[in-house]
Amino acid sequence: MKRASLVLTLAVAATLPAGTVFAQTLKTVKDRGTLSCGVTHGLPGFSAPDDKGNWTGLDVDLCRAIAAVVLNDPTKIKFVPLSAKDRFTALQSGEIDVLSRNTTWTLSRDTQLGLNFGAVNYYDGQGFMVRKSLNIDSALKLDSASACVQTGTTNEQNLADYFKANKMKYEVIAFATADETLKAYEAGRCDTFTSDVSQVYAERLKLAKPEDHIVLPEVISKEPLATVVRHGDDQWLDIIKWTHYAMVNAEELGVTQKNVDEMMKSDKPEVKRLLGTDGNLGEQLGLTKDWAVRIVKTVGNYGESFDRNVGAGSKLNIARGLNRLWNQGGIQYAPPIR
Amino acid sequence: MTVEQRKPPRNLNLRLRRALGGRAGWGGFVAQLAFVAFLAWLGYEIYSNAQANLQSQRIATGFGFMQNTAGFAVSQALIPYQESDSYTRVFVVGLLNTLLVSVIGIIFATVLGFIVGLGRLSPNWLMSRLAGGYVELIRNLPLLFQILFWYLAVLATLPAPRQSVSLFGMFFLNNRGVIVPKPIGEAGFEPFLFALLTAILGSIALGVVARRRLFATGQRLKVWPFVLGMLFGLPLVSVLIFGKPVSFEMPVLRGFNFASGSRLIPEFVALLIALSTYTAAFIAEIVRAGVLSVHKGQMEAGASLGLSRGAALRLIVVPQALRVILPPLTNQYLNLTKNSSLAVAIGYPDLVSVFAGTTLSQTGQAIEIIAITMGVYLLISLVTSAIMNFYNWRISRSLAR
Ligand SMILES: N[C@@H](CCC(=O)N[C@@H](CS)C(=O)NCC(=O)O)C(=O)O
Repeated sequence: MKRASLVLTLAVAATLPAGTVFAQTLKTVKDRGTLSCGVTHGLPGFSAPDDKGNWTGLDVDLCRAIAAVVLNDPTKIKFVPLSAKDRFTALQSGEIDVLSRNTTWTLSRDTQLGLNFGAVNYYDGQGFMVRKSLNIDSALKLDSASACVQTGTTNEQNLADYFKANKMKYEVIAFATADETLKAYEAGRCDTFTSDVSQVYAERLKLAKPEDHIVLPEVISKEPLATVVRHGDDQWLDIIKWTHYAMVNAEELGVTQKNVDEMMKSDKPEVKRLLGTDGNLGEQLGLTKDWAVRIVKTVGNYGESFDRNVGAGSKLNIARGLNRLWNQGGIQYAPPIR
Repeated sequence: MTVEQRKPPRNLNLRLRRALGGRAGWGGFVAQLAFVAFLAWLGYEIYSNAQANLQSQRIATGFGFMQNTAGFAVSQALIPYQESDSYTRVFVVGLLNTLLVSVIGIIFATVLGFIVGLGRLSPNWLMSRLAGGYVELIRNLPLLFQILFWYLAVLATLPAPRQSVSLFGMFFLNNRGVIVPKPIGEAGFEPFLFALLTAILGSIALGVVARRRLFATGQRLKVWPFVLGMLFGLPLVSVLIFGKPVSFEMPVLRGFNFASGSRLIPEFVALLIALSTYTAAFIAEIVRAGVLSVHKGQMEAGASLGLSRGAALRLIVVPQALRVILPPLTNQYLNLTKNSSLAVAIGYPDLVSVFAGTTLSQTGQAIEIIAITMGVYLLISLVTSAIMNFYNWRISRSLAR
């Protein structure tokens, strides 16, 4: 009954005298001494507890980086696992300070939920997984198929659009959590499991025999996955956005977890501004001068975090693709730090 | 002896005062009015404050969203539904799915519960042990676990659509559900229905007459040949005159699934089994307690009249036990209905899944949607209780006679 209690908190918060709610997340987090970060129940590569119970992943790294700049301690985080359909209510009700849970940025989510989106830390799109034994090589051959999908996702709606546009029939079975969705697919209830491609790869690893399943080549939607905060707290939104941009700029400038101390001595103006050896840009964000140093020391630059969690250095082994830097053929592009 | 009827107070003013203000008279009435006004004011304040706050947080409010396009598909709908329909329609689809699984679940749970409950009291050792084991096992496992178990167990044992188990090439069983020929109404459909209805009403009337006769004269009328004749004869005549009532669309495999025919989805079957077996265990205990509450002399009296154990139970003990059984039984019915909301775990599209789940996360209007959903469950509970109370009242009345 997580859902009911979240809605209740929201309802209570809404009835409090106007204006008191959630304006100063930075101060709240500092006073509390921990960052409350909304994540999945366990999606390898993005947010999942390892065998020692430590949360790891690309989305988790962002939370760690935020905790490092705000609290100077990347371990002072309370991770709150949320299903797709509960995540926004949890943010609205104040249960979490930031949602870092492979969440697609859409217009209606940006405008109707009282939320704002930070930076896109993974450009994705929706894909399909099927059993090899079905012998199909294209999503266009899925006419009359049954599809398992998680409820409360953009995927549920994209599916309807795609099958309609291609005049194909289908049946959809929507489950509350990723685990149940995958189990039903594995038990043969569905011909295809559909989600954002990165998540399809991650979930495939959880199957008993991953090699018996393939991901079809079609990518049917745009899924820019971004962090989310409450509407109306611009300072907090700035911090969330620039934490990601600092990681991307660090990669662009060749600043890594290993060489960051070395780089502090660099006399390249861009590096000096990033690492705070020149100017006080960090303080203008409401943080400290060395904010970017803390980020890179904690999680590395964007490329390092990507490789370690979802890329070549991980079990997922996903190609950088769209998520390469803009000057290397991708679309990860951070505004300049100056 | 005649008892003088108590006359109502003549003074209208006095009567009104009593009715509205209770013992406290007009003063009490004013106090009550003030209290209601206060509650209304409080409710209004909370509502408008929430409205203003949500607006200032840029969270959409109001019920306008119900007219918007839903844009997602649902796997089981009792009324025609497609993606381009509104959220209002989604709400109705979800509600009907909740009612469907609850009503059928209640019927199954009651039948099974009575069988197990009476079985537990049976003098047959094996029977009573089996029933006891069932109750202990089922009551002590969490319901969600049982739902998932049935779902995954059902799915695991069934073949893929292309390897379906088939019966006469008309009925198919696979991990997409049970597929049966789909009846389609023909010209003779309405006359057929009318004939059947007439036959049923006629049979009931006949039954009533026979019963009156039995009580009045002790004579047993042999009605069953007439009943059978009517039930089969009338519809048959209708078919001969107006043509066949329905034709059947046969299931055919097309692509990954059966394209035509009607289908019972595995989510529904698993949820139904889990809910009814689980609730039956509690009903069994209620039935047992109810029967034990009837004095054992009643059973002995039945035996001395020459009634068999079954007949004594059915005619003497259970009717008296019902008075004890009904109130907690109502509770179980309400529980079953509420528990049906665990459906979302296995993807059965009930009200909570499609409305308080998908619709909520697409529109973000949590407070409105949860309020509507809670209101609906409250209404279902009140109606169920009302029906059961009415039944209870009839039973106590007939026992009191
Ligand atoms: N990007 C999509 C989908 C996000 C999503 O929830 N994906 C599922 C894929 S199976 C997931 O991550 N589930 C993990 C969980 O529920 O713990 C959205 O924002 O709606």
